[in-house]
Amino acid sequence: MATHVPLGDSPEDVSSLSPRQLAWRRRSDSFGRTWSVFRSNRQAMTGLTILVFFGLLALFSPLLVSVDAVDPSMASGPPNSPPIAGYPLGTDGFGRSVLSLLVVGSRVSLIVGLTATLGAVLIGATVGLVSGFYGGTRIDRVLSTLTDWFLVIPWLVLAIVLAAILGPTLLNVILVIAVTSWAMTARIVRAQTLSVRTLPYVERARALGAGDASIIVRHVLPNVFPVIFAQAVLTVAVAILSETTLAILGLGDPTSISWGIIIEEAFNAGAMANGYWWWMIPPGLCIIAVTLAFTMCGYALEEIFNPRLRRRG
Amino acid sequence: MRLRYIARKCGWALLTLLFVLTANFFLFRIMPGDPIGLLARSTRLSPEALQAQIHLFGLDQPLPAQYVTYLKQTLSGNLGVSIISGTDVSEMLGSRLWPTVLLVGLGTLIAAVIGVFAGIKGGWTRGSGFDRGSLYSSLLLYATPEGWLGMLLLIVFAGTLGWFPAGGYASNSGSGAASFGDVARHLFLPVLTLALGYVGSFVIVMRSSMIDVKEEDYISTARAKGLNDATIRRHHAVPNAFLPSFTLIVLSVGFILGGAIVVETVFSWPGLGLLTYQAIKDQDYPVLQAVFLISSGAVIVANLIADIAYGYLDPRVEEV
Repeated sequence: MATHVPLGDSPEDVSSLSPRQLAWRRRSDSFGRTWSVFRSNRQAMTGLTILVFFGLLALFSPLLVSVDAVDPSMASGPPNSPPIAGYPLGTDGFGRSVLSLLVVGSRVSLIVGLTATLGAVLIGATVGLVSGFYGGTRIDRVLSTLTDWFLVIPWLVLAIVLAAILGPTLLNVILVIAVTSWAMTARIVRAQTLSVRTLPYVERARALGAGDASIIVRHVLPNVFPVIFAQAVLTVAVAILSETTLAILGLGDPTSISWGIIIEEAFNAGAMANGYWWWMIPPGLCIIAVTLAFTMCGYALEEIFNPRLRRRG
Repeated sequence: MRLRYIARKCGWALLTLLFVLTANFFLFRIMPGDPIGLLARSTRLSPEALQAQIHLFGLDQPLPAQYVTYLKQTLSGNLGVSIISGTDVSEMLGSRLWPTVLLVGLGTLIAAVIGVFAGIKGGWTRGSGFDRGSLYSSLLLYATPEGWLGMLLLIVFAGTLGWFPAGGYASNSGSGAASFGDVARHLFLPVLTLALGYVGSFVIVMRSSMIDVKEEDYISTARAKGLNDATIRRHHAVPNAFLPSFTLIVLSVGFILGGAIVVETVFSWPGLGLLTYQAIKDQDYPVLQAVFLISSGAVIVANLIADIAYGYLDPRVEEV
């Protein structure tokens, strides 16, 4: 599999490479090493397989299910029907196929999970990098206190209240989840930055006249990035669960069908009293599968990148 | 020395409370429409009562003055009135507090006890059949949305099997033992949902801290002394491994409160969560504001107690 001998034990002459090429070479080597450890972890590979499946499903959902199939006014099936021929997972109250809803929902659920995570990680990484780089100064104290506050306050309650105030649109759901789930990333990134900033190569960059911003972005960030990535993968799981909670409480966007919205519609249609199990159970199983997959991949990455912070093993 | 530690923690708790109050103040003011306009939407408030509210909270004053008035009123226990019913928000919260305390308290306690014990056993016998089983079920439970889990339990145990009532607090308004049994039957499924929903993360946390402790030098020393496995676990490993988990369990109360909102909604359990759900539907902002305030307050107090207890349990803390 290895396309070239890893740097370090390589007898080849690397002096002809430019610093940039050298840096990318080093990164691709370290990616290769990470991948080979990741690949040997059975849980991580199970998670990745699930993610690839749902990722492809979400990507190709417009080809698999037409918009008309989930348009309430175009629904053709019998309403609230248990699984029958042509409707392998039964139908909802409008007579739409639950299977079609699941396929369409995969897209919205993954988009919300990924974009909310992107927002949370951007906030968390920025706060953590700045706070850690200026560790011990006043700016660090302010940012650390802010992080601690966001870790302590009941963030799910805050998300619910915030979503109720802002109104149920997809963008607001993403925004609310991002704003309430960045603190853990900030704390971990800060700790990592505190130890990285004392490394000799950072000092060397400073001696060569590099400014703070350039040191943070070009020297500290690449070193901290793996930890950020592992944390991001774990955050996606939390984001998808949060979306589900918001949706069940009627705070999701009713016009974009996510797995959470399907559960909410089933709940409001009295799925429990009427025994509409085929409508309510499948979206929950999809959420469990994806959340579990992100968590398993995240734990594996965390173990590789941040062995001190061991959660499982 | 210990006094200084406690004083510092109290100071931090007060500062956090101020942050929550400030956040709450601005939350109420970033939404579309001004507070006066929102109050005026209420059909239950007489013009006189409306004027009284505006005057009480200084809503016709500039923002800094409003902020000071808000702090004063909130700290003296005045949380305003519901936009929908016109009743005092503190009164509404008071009548809903007990069911939530019962639900969240029992759920957290059960999840913490099971989680800690399973985590100890799993981490100590890492890789064993028990450990694999408890780890995989913990991951599975962690990934399960608790609202959905509640619906599933309702379909199975209340619908198909008919063992438990489908929701609510009590079926009859009796008293004594019969009423106790009645409430307990209604309480069973929501508590089970909450406990199942959170036991997973407790197992994972406790297990990993056992694994860390197991590699410490003092464990090897204890083994070298010839102590048996159970003694080492009970007297050397568990006390040290429990401390970090203790803090994380207390920190997760905030998360559980959020989960309780969904669980109460699914089971029509008449606590703060169901009140929140109704307030979301009615856009009753004063109630939502109060719910955030009271749950933050609960978490801050829980955290303070944990910090102080930690100071007593772990003498090393004072040096930090």
